[in-house]
Amino acid sequence: MSRKLRYTFIYIFLTISAFISVFPFYWMIVGSTNKSVDVLKGKLSFGTEFVENFKNLWENYNLGKVLVNSAKISIFVVVFSIIVSSMAGYGFEIYSSKVRNKVYSAILLTMMIPFAALMVPLFRLMYFFNLIDSHWGVILPMIPSVFLVFFFRQNFKQYPKEIIMAARVDGANELRIFFSIVLPSMKSAYAAAAIYAFMTSWNAYLWPLVIIQSEQNKTIVLMISSIASGYTPDFGVVMMAVVIATLPMLVVFFALQKHFVQGVLGSVKQ
Amino acid sequence: MSEKKKTRGLEHIWSKWGWVFISLMLLGIILFVFYPIAYSLYLSTFSTRGFLKTFVGFGNYIKLVQDTYFVLSLKNILTILVIQVPIMLFLALIFATLLNDPKIKFKGIYRTALFLPAVTSLVAYTVIFRVMFSNDGLVNHVLMFVGIIKEPIRWLLDPFWAKVTLIVALTWRWTGYNMMFYLAGLQNIPIEVYEAAEIDGASKTVQFFKITVPLLKPIILFTTITSTIGTLQLFDEPMNLAAGVVTGSSVGPGNSLLTPSVYIYNVCFKYSPNFGYASAISYVIVLIAAVLAFIQFKVVGERE
Repeated sequence: MSRKLRYTFIYIFLTISAFISVFPFYWMIVGSTNKSVDVLKGKLSFGTEFVENFKNLWENYNLGKVLVNSAKISIFVVVFSIIVSSMAGYGFEIYSSKVRNKVYSAILLTMMIPFAALMVPLFRLMYFFNLIDSHWGVILPMIPSVFLVFFFRQNFKQYPKEIIMAARVDGANELRIFFSIVLPSMKSAYAAAAIYAFMTSWNAYLWPLVIIQSEQNKTIVLMISSIASGYTPDFGVVMMAVVIATLPMLVVFFALQKHFVQGVLGSVKQ
Repeated sequence: MSEKKKTRGLEHIWSKWGWVFISLMLLGIILFVFYPIAYSLYLSTFSTRGFLKTFVGFGNYIKLVQDTYFVLSLKNILTILVIQVPIMLFLALIFATLLNDPKIKFKGIYRTALFLPAVTSLVAYTVIFRVMFSNDGLVNHVLMFVGIIKEPIRWLLDPFWAKVTLIVALTWRWTGYNMMFYLAGLQNIPIEVYEAAEIDGASKTVQFFKITVPLLKPIILFTTITSTIGTLQLFDEPMNLAAGVVTGSSVGPGNSLLTPSVYIYNVCFKYSPNFGYASAISYVIVLIAAVLAFIQFKVVGERE
């Protein structure tokens, strides 16, 4: 095969794949402007139902409240999760010792445990703390993220230890070194971790499904699932809800994309 | 001498700080992971109905073997695992290799487009796929228009096609995600290695299997294990793809999308709750995950 022909095939392959990847996004946006029947039929052009679908969602499904709930849960999870797990990643990497490395391995192993295995005891625990049907009940177990500890440890591997030593010589205490010297210089890692934490909390389904019981505490994901699984769902409204749920993710992703790629690179480099 | 001693003393003090830094995480993990793991192991030896708790020892585990729903959920998940994970990872590796080629243009656009599915929520994309794959939906329209099929495929009403739909959906959602890891890994391989191979006359295919795959082994292992565990835990997609499409209670046509996680959820919160039995199911899944991870370690690690 000639060189030129091979590259033509590669471009065709990549373009088709990229199209398939992006198409459902286009389609859900189009869907949010159409009637339920047209969505089901797979209509590909924009319709006139945009305002109608939005109003329906706003008035009948309490969209505003649901969005506030999702935002609240995500913000708390992101903030606490990246503080707690970056401190732990730093602790494991900079103050590495035999005992701590064993603890680290034990923590990493828990990534293999399916969440469903923890669900029942966690539910009991939340019942004990009186946190059933509350947002804190959703937030708390999502804070300690093993993946993020791993991610931060990998990133701190590249941090020049001389800077930490120099700060110590200058008499800074360890917490200060971390919060005012190390943390601000790891922007990419923090941005990537924030995206990850935001995605997992904003998109979480199983745990909120277990904990949240009343309509007024629902998240947007729970709302989508419950509208879509009704007997005669209005798919125009469903598509509108999907668009609204996806929008924040896209905004965050595009705003922090550069950092995100760098952060992933940092976690894989040895 | 005294200098050395002094540093060692300081090392000791610094070392204690290590515990300070990991303490919050450790507290969270103990409370929300270690304690639940231990408690559910204990619970798995009981049969529970509401507040009634009877000790049954290994009884739950013995009951599992004869539980047709559980066996079916295992079969479903293993079928999906064996087909979907290899397809996805191979595709991801190909995308990463192509996008690492310095001669390819518009890399940023392709990379972003391919990664985009990874930012959607599992429930949201599943709902989209459910509508696209409905009987007179978009996918059937397109396939009939192009002439690939003559009659609409009953994607979500037929046990076989329902699994196919789930596999397509999973591949759409996760390929780009895995591609990012491979891309990151490939950037650590110096371009000169490929240039040298090129000069020696190695074709692109040879380069792929002799350079790319061996050098990416640790990352391939990582993605294989995370994908395996992810598949064993499948919940959001089967719950939202075809749940109740046929009858109100089956997960996909003829329970073809019933997964262990969904079954655990049903045993806990849908039928009369039996938490002990649910815990036993969980432990079997943990065990399977551990065995599969061990095998993957052996297969990929040993050739090193």
